[in-house]
Amino acid sequence: MNVIRYAILVGGGILMLTPFFWLVSSSFKTPATIYVFPPQWIPDPFRWQNYVEVFDAVPVLRASWNTVYITMFASIGVIMSSAMAAYGFARLRFRGRDLTFSLLLSTVMLPYVVTMIPIFIMFSRLGWVDSFKPLIVPHWFGGPITIFMLRQFFRTIPLELESAARIDGASRPRIFLQVIIPLARPALVVTSILALVFNWNGFLEPLIYLRKTKLYTLALLVNSLREFESGLDWTHYMMVVSTIMVVPVLILYFLAQRAFIEGIVLTGLKG
Amino acid sequence: MASISTTPAAEPRLKIWQRLSFEETVFGWLFILPAVLGLILFQLGPVLVSMGLSFTEYDIINRPTWNGLDNYTRLFQDDLWIKSIQVTLKYVVIYVPAALIFAYLVALLMSGRIRGISAWRTMWYLPSIVPSVAAAAVWRWGLHPEFGPINFPLKVLGLPAPRWLADPDWIVPSIVFISLWSLGNSVLIFLASITGVPRSFYEAAEVDGAGIWRQFTTITLPLTSSIIFFQLIITVINSFQVFTSAFILFGSNAAGSVAGPGNAALFYMLYMYRNAFGYFRNGYASAMAWLLFLTVAILTFILFKTQNRWVYYEAGDDNE
Repeated sequence: MNVIRYAILVGGGILMLTPFFWLVSSSFKTPATIYVFPPQWIPDPFRWQNYVEVFDAVPVLRASWNTVYITMFASIGVIMSSAMAAYGFARLRFRGRDLTFSLLLSTVMLPYVVTMIPIFIMFSRLGWVDSFKPLIVPHWFGGPITIFMLRQFFRTIPLELESAARIDGASRPRIFLQVIIPLARPALVVTSILALVFNWNGFLEPLIYLRKTKLYTLALLVNSLREFESGLDWTHYMMVVSTIMVVPVLILYFLAQRAFIEGIVLTGLKG
Repeated sequence: MASISTTPAAEPRLKIWQRLSFEETVFGWLFILPAVLGLILFQLGPVLVSMGLSFTEYDIINRPTWNGLDNYTRLFQDDLWIKSIQVTLKYVVIYVPAALIFAYLVALLMSGRIRGISAWRTMWYLPSIVPSVAAAAVWRWGLHPEFGPINFPLKVLGLPAPRWLADPDWIVPSIVFISLWSLGNSVLIFLASITGVPRSFYEAAEVDGAGIWRQFTTITLPLTSSIIFFQLIITVINSFQVFTSAFILFGSNAAGSVAGPGNAALFYMLYMYRNAFGYFRNGYASAMAWLLFLTVAILTFILFKTQNRWVYYEAGDDNE
């Protein structure tokens, strides 16, 4: 019984990992050796030059920087604004709090489709199309899932710590910054990681707002390498850019495995 | 921890309110202010605007003009819209049960006494953090009918190999396949909920002589049903909004373009995107968005209605 179980886990696990291997391996191929039968596992010729030449073919450096920039500022924004809101919801008692919170939480179920067009119109009126602002600014107004996760965590911080600070005459903002935030580090790490990956991987929003090539993110660069767009067979470059896009996420995962798993589990338990 | 909302109604609400301090109220609202603004500016406001727009014709450059229910009546005569519904429904019907069952089974395999759990978790979880753009790029080759490694063993063995992304009938299953690859989130969530079931329950069942299957149906399944329910809701909502993989594989902004052979990859979102950002028919696209929203909302509502029948919540759970 157990043998079968391990066999399925190993076999399935290897199957789940092979596409990573294909990705990296095809990034070292030529257009001609990607589409051959039987498929080549180890590229021959092994074209490491792809990783040099791609920088001449498309603005990889620029796109990487753009992606880093958007990801950083969007994630910082969502964590800061959500932490504030989470503290308000977790620790302060005021009228309308619970109603606002459940309203906010219910928007998790609101499909992005239905808000996408009005938000686009708003930003295009502001002249923000072809700028990073539409991809960053909304995140400074909190994210429901992040707020939910941080609120859950803040509620586990002993009230005594807060009361002690109040007796010492600390104001609410000070308690938030000097008592709650330092204690909430693990939860902040978890939510930051989820925010980083979410923003790094984003596609639809960059696609809508960024039209100029110099503003492209890595995801848009991959998109532009399809033959529909470029008219060329650049599949190998597409694989190179995809690899460049995947590697930082993998590194982040291996650096912070526990936080990743905790985060996913938290988002899934108790909506 | 008892919160205000769950206190029995015997105590009049006003009294609670009177006890709240002014200072706390001011700071409370200040702390949640950005989130409240976000709720209004990026969620509730746009939902209403979107409804309003759905009764207009609007290309952003000129003022919106009112055209009543025109967009809606035109939608029902639009063959492409109907096609996009067929494609999306086909996806939802295949993907939702496949994803939930598959993820749950994998989680079951990983639960219990097992060696090397972190290795298994990593192997099954990693694909889900791959950007969907990159995933689509890899699978475009992986599922290539002639040269793709998925068909390779089938061809070597002389078995009939599907033409995947090149065959209209196989396009939706192919995209289901790609989505199933990044199922790790659900696996981890199910795994956590299955391992959360107290061991003593199983021990008691064993004393009573219940076999593995009976333990599964009377303990594991009921005790994880609330998580299954939540995953079901999220999966349904998300599966109506497939976009990135279909766009990378078949999408194009060019007017009159086709999404895959016979438009077999014309997912609802793809068609809506094309209307809004390709043809600048924002009123029409908003009508599409609202109909999708209504469909998803009604489905979610129905699912919530059925939950009393099969979802088990532990007593004393105050829903917090």
